[in-house]
Amino acid sequence: MAEPASLKVSVWRGGADGALARFEVPARENQTVLDVVTHIQRELDPSLAYRFACRVGMCGSCAMTVNGRARWTCRTHVRKVVGPDGALELRPLANLPVIRDLAADLTPFFEKWRRARGRFEPREAPDGAVPEDFAVVPPASRARREADAGIECIGCGVCYASCDVVAWNPDYLGPAALNRAWTLVNDVRDGARAERLDAVAGDAGCHSCHSTQSCTERCPKGLDPSSAIAGLKRTLFWDTLFGRR
Amino acid sequence: MDLRPRSHPTYLAFVVHRVSGLLLALFLPLHFWVLGTAITGEARLEGFLRWADNPLVKAAETVLVVLLAAHLAGGLRVLALEFLGWRSRQKDLVAASAGIALLAGLAFLLNVV
Repeated sequence: MAEPASLKVSVWRGGADGALARFEVPARENQTVLDVVTHIQRELDPSLAYRFACRVGMCGSCAMTVNGRARWTCRTHVRKVVGPDGALELRPLANLPVIRDLAADLTPFFEKWRRARGRFEPREAPDGAVPEDFAVVPPASRARREADAGIECIGCGVCYASCDVVAWNPDYLGPAALNRAWTLVNDVRDGARAERLDAVAGDAGCHSCHSTQSCTERCPKGLDPSSAIAGLKRTLFWDTLFGRR
Repeated sequence: MDLRPRSHPTYLAFVVHRVSGLLLALFLPLHFWVLGTAITGEARLEGFLRWADNPLVKAAETVLVVLLAAHLAGGLRVLALEFLGWRSRQKDLVAASAGIALLAGLAFLLNVV
């Protein structure tokens, strides 16, 4: 496909009641969406607010809505998402308060990680003491494989912004927090399994998930939060049935 | 509603599962009413069944069979996802569910025509 000489970029400006502003950005080879935003901020309008740090898909801070879909912008090539006429529409992540322009406020997102008890709580040393020896965790064990499947989350918020249940129920913990909880439920070194399962069992927890699997479809790291949520549902079901909780 | 973030197979499977469930729930009262006529009056039931022989009703019945099969297959898909913990081949499961639903509809049509 012949690439257009310039990109017609619509960028969200302002807070929740803002509007789209148009910019013309030169098209370049191997250009990422983050490159486009940076060009606008450095060459066209220095007042544009957006967020990034590592530029290589590790920090999870540059996610935005690109042509209607939540994506990590530093590793999204323009040519993969641009319309035939060079149109690019950039908005802040959905389901989160807008601070300004392309910067969304991730406070509710991380607050829900806390509510889902997403912090590792060592079983051997609940008071913070260093355990006497290393825990032996066979890498091939079922629990460790389950934990490994979700452990690479970078907290970018793409799954959270793509989840309809979050939009319908603002209290819903969301895919990332539940995925984190599932990795810890499967961590044999963790000592807060019962409390964590309680934290994710309520109306705003895993049972609210409708399995649309948008989180899994959109996760830039290729993780599968939907299956993690299914794992939590399954564990709660059997634990409740057999009176283990 | 912006369809761009929702245009993927498992979202479509979710919508089909929900909508088929709702439509089946709407059909249920009619179903019970017909069953009721079997108790209250044989002639009335006979009349209804003769009316139900017209092609338009048969077409509607085919849609109903597809809805029922889609809801069943979609439900089994969700159960497999939640209870078996299958991580891979989710989209194949969606395709298989759709295939089962359409096959059921086709089998019904073959039986009718």
